[in-house]
Amino acid sequence: MAAKKGQKEVEQVEQRIIAVLVDNEPGVLARVIGLFSGRGYNIESLTVSEVDSVENISRITVVASGTPMVLEQIKAQFDRLVPVHKVSDLTEDGPCVARELALIKVKGTGEKRVEALRIADIFRSRVVDSTIKSFVFEMTGTSDKIDAFIELMEPLGLVDACRTGIVAIARGPKPL
Amino acid sequence: MTISVYEGLDVAKIKKKKNSGKLLTGAEIILKALCEEGVEVIFGYPGGAVLPLYDALFKQNNIRHILVRHEQGAVHAAEGYARSTGKVGVVLVTSGPGATNAVTGLTDALMDSIPIVCLSGQVPTHMIGNDAFQEADTVGITRPCTKHNYLVKDAANISQVIHEAFYVARSGRPGPVLVDLPKDIQINKAAYGGKPKLVHKSYRPQVKGDSAAIAEAVEMLANAKRPIIYAGGGIINSGPKASKLLGEFLKLTGFPCTQTLMALGCYPTDGKLSLGMLGMHGTLEANLAMHGCDVMIAVGARFDDRITGRVADFAPGSKKIHIDIDSSSFNKSIAVDLTIQGDCGNVLADLIKQWKAKKAKSNAKALKSWWKTIDGWRARNSLSYEKSDTIIKPQYALERLRELTRGRDTYFTTEVGQHQMWAAQFLSFDKPNHWMTSGGLGTMGYGLPAAMGTQVAHPKSLVVDIAGEASFMMNMQEFSTLMQYRLPVKAFILNNQCMGMVRQWQELMHGGRYSESYMKSLPDFVKLAEAFGAVGLRATKPSEVDDLIKEMIAVDCAVIADVRVDPTENCFPMIPSGAAHNEMLLGPADKAKGKGTEEGMVLV
Ligand SMILES: Cc1ncc(C[n+]2csc(CCOP(=O)(O)OP(=O)(O)O)c2C)c(N)n1
Ligand SMILES: [Mg+2]
Repeated sequence: MAAKKGQKEVEQVEQRIIAVLVDNEPGVLARVIGLFSGRGYNIESLTVSEVDSVENISRITVVASGTPMVLEQIKAQFDRLVPVHKVSDLTEDGPCVARELALIKVKGTGEKRVEALRIADIFRSRVVDSTIKSFVFEMTGTSDKIDAFIELMEPLGLVDACRTGIVAIARGPKPL
Repeated sequence: MTISVYEGLDVAKIKKKKNSGKLLTGAEIILKALCEEGVEVIFGYPGGAVLPLYDALFKQNNIRHILVRHEQGAVHAAEGYARSTGKVGVVLVTSGPGATNAVTGLTDALMDSIPIVCLSGQVPTHMIGNDAFQEADTVGITRPCTKHNYLVKDAANISQVIHEAFYVARSGRPGPVLVDLPKDIQINKAAYGGKPKLVHKSYRPQVKGDSAAIAEAVEMLANAKRPIIYAGGGIINSGPKASKLLGEFLKLTGFPCTQTLMALGCYPTDGKLSLGMLGMHGTLEANLAMHGCDVMIAVGARFDDRITGRVADFAPGSKKIHIDIDSSSFNKSIAVDLTIQGDCGNVLADLIKQWKAKKAKSNAKALKSWWKTIDGWRARNSLSYEKSDTIIKPQYALERLRELTRGRDTYFTTEVGQHQMWAAQFLSFDKPNHWMTSGGLGTMGYGLPAAMGTQVAHPKSLVVDIAGEASFMMNMQEFSTLMQYRLPVKAFILNNQCMGMVRQWQELMHGGRYSESYMKSLPDFVKLAEAFGAVGLRATKPSEVDDLIKEMIAVDCAVIADVRVDPTENCFPMIPSGAAHNEMLLGPADKAKGKGTEEGMVLV
């Protein structure tokens, strides 16, 4: 690797989505989390799941924030972990699709209940559980969209929301 | 922060090889794998969870075991062994307290990039997680202080894991690797898989530098008016060839070269082009040359805070080239202009090749005037100290040691404190792998066991631990080990009867309030030596120093030399914490400036 860097970094905090392929072995997640806590990096979200059961590979998606210098450090630190196969900065390397899944529980009757359902419909959210007093909505989308939906549900009887954190993939035909 | 986890099943990928030859116990497989890795010696301490391994050790003659007196000593001994030979050092400890005692050594090896494989016993697999007797979450505890670690859960995986551990420890930027071995795994039988021939599936460090980047470096260096080479411990780690290549490149260019604490020996410190050590207690010429350079090339160095001083004023206005095998060292604290990832030796070889092929020439006129400036700084003789006829100055004792060991194959280790910095300043270093010191972690108690491991590797050579009396007492139990194996290590204690380095900071920065930096009732070190069955020597006057050193070298036995030095001497030059390279304190007269800034007060 050869890289050039301006002498004066712009010390602005940015957010990046970083995808990492790792061996799916015990403790690999502890290594990743230990790296962030031990070095004081900020994680906004982190998701991990196996993506190749034959090769035993998991894919981690991290949303991290920091100055460009810190973000470069985060990638380099990932890279030196022994079970890491590949590190890719999806934000920097071109356009990517980023999505989150959320489950949102809303309680209410009468007018509020109808309104919640109407808004859910506008947001293309699905009802996955229903009682006469409550709904659980399922929704995938960008984090902003989910934020907006949860905000609208607040006055309509929001009980709980749970979110997966971002998963992301580069646009176009190329693999990671 | 959101985290979601699906870790999947822990499927052992390596299928048990049935019918492929004889079945061995896990312990036998471990020893077989160690033999195949060329291991000659293990530093260890037994306990319940490693008894099967000790039993297997008993039944063989290929590997020697050195029984230490404390597991921390075992790891430092392995570090000394590794650093002085270039091989991987091997440690064997039991579960629980054995493993936790090894933690300081592992952290030390991680900070200084020393290749170590530490085998630890563990409670049997079915008891893991039950708070069993002498159970500790060893992989959990050592995860942040090892380069990598493993818990073996199936005897069939042992050989693969051990070989991989050695590969990881020595490849790329070296470091400590721990393998946790439950007791049942050491007893269970499996076939020995042999050394895997395949390349590692994920860990493949880049060792060859990018040739376009190297070309750019040649261009930058040839155009430099005030160049400097900032050489780091990576050169030592790369092997003796890298030191040779550095010398060749220096000869080719005529550039000045300064070395970090970890790099001492990569180029003769007495050499014409050497500016000596840089950093907090480095020479004036090294630090001012760093401050005033226009092009800097860092080779296997990591811009540590002991080197840079105040980051904002580090080598202002210079262009920086950074060669390192570990990309996470790039732009960590100091932004550089050109990075070349690769092994120092490899990159230096390519740099020389390209320099020659391009018929590059240093800017002779500019270089001449740069050297003139540097010689002006040199002439200030920043390592000078006030001599005395009545009291032994620590610097004097080291100068005499340097002269009386000249021409011998001497290995020096150190503890941590003033004596360590004086040793770096006043000894001379002309070969790699002959200087073992705890740089990154600054571990008091490192030097004696490190000397022990070095002596095991080089039984015929002179091995001296330059010690402070406080540091010495942190691992002095290893004197018993030295006696058991007839290892004639010399502990050269610069006894100032206080924690000199702590006292120095309290004097400079805390108004001379010497809070807990003095120990009452220090032992009589001569009698202590005798109690161990070793030789004790003492010098209290400058006139006694030469005789003490000569006798220390002459006796074929471990020695504790109690050299009573000036208890008030401070280590200069010094860049106070948080100050810049051009704000050095040169001697006691500069003491008033020592308090430094308020930001400096929070730094260590
Ligand atoms: C294990 C450990 N504990 C504490 C320290 C902090 N420390 C650094 S130097 C020093 C004093 C060392 O005293 P001594 O060994 O007598 O050396 P001197 O400075 O007097 O030469 C201390 C306590 C350390 N480096 N390591
Ligand atoms: Mg002392």
